[in-house]
Amino acid sequence: MTRVILMLIFFVLCNTGGELAMSYGVKQVGEPESFRPMALLRFIWAAARNSWLWVALPLLAASFYSLLILFSWAPVSVVIPASASNYIVGTFGAKYLLKEDVSFKRWLGVILVCVGVTVVLLTGRS
Amino acid sequence: MSHEHRLRFKTLVMVLLMVVCANTGDLMLARGMKQIGNVEISVPGLRHALLSTIQSGSIWIGILFLIGFTLCYMTAVSWADYSFVMPAGAFGYAVQTMLAIVVLHEVVSPKRWIGVAMICVGVLLVGQTKPNTTNPGPGVTGL
Repeated sequence: MTRVILMLIFFVLCNTGGELAMSYGVKQVGEPESFRPMALLRFIWAAARNSWLWVALPLLAASFYSLLILFSWAPVSVVIPASASNYIVGTFGAKYLLKEDVSFKRWLGVILVCVGVTVVLLTGRS
Repeated sequence: MSHEHRLRFKTLVMVLLMVVCANTGDLMLARGMKQIGNVEISVPGLRHALLSTIQSGSIWIGILFLIGFTLCYMTAVSWADYSFVMPAGAFGYAVQTMLAIVVLHEVVSPKRWIGVAMICVGVLLVGQTKPNTTNPGPGVTGL
């Protein structure tokens, strides 16, 4: 059980860390000038040269593989709610690391999404 | 149209594109993997699976859609808050449920409907907040 908990923590930290690093890096690059192909290519090129994106990619890859490992170690009913907790941890990261202003309404929305995703993924379609 | 309305509109368009790309990408990958069949966990089995995935058109289309999803996601977070875009992307679960009913004629349990309703209300609540709280207006970039 300890290894499952440790892997869950590792997964959530890698996933949230990767997405936060990507968000931080892309904000440094700035938004594309337009949606023309050349402007989008310039945006992709600028993003590819940003070091935060290269921090994000291995973290996201590690989170993907740790999720696969988790599915082989623990029941889905344990893994799914833990993976949905990314929404909460990510919002904490956005508030304290990216200095975003997370209002009460946004928190309420994030919590509802987190619980809703857990319910949807656990019930399946039948 | 004010700066905030424009920002909200283009973020909404990007989130919708993200949802379409992610769902289509997942669907194409699932289709491709079903065509390949069960993957045997052995060296020849994995080699066969790797070669089959490289030769599968569905897998490549799926990968292209998932690259499209990543680009839309990167573009959206370049102007909007991460805490705004991330929960909004969960709207995809609601779309998946609708597709399951309309396209696959599946029966959806009441519990799942409750989950979908919670996601929709949550996304609506997040959607009512300011899309960008770190960048005061146009012409200012970075954190």
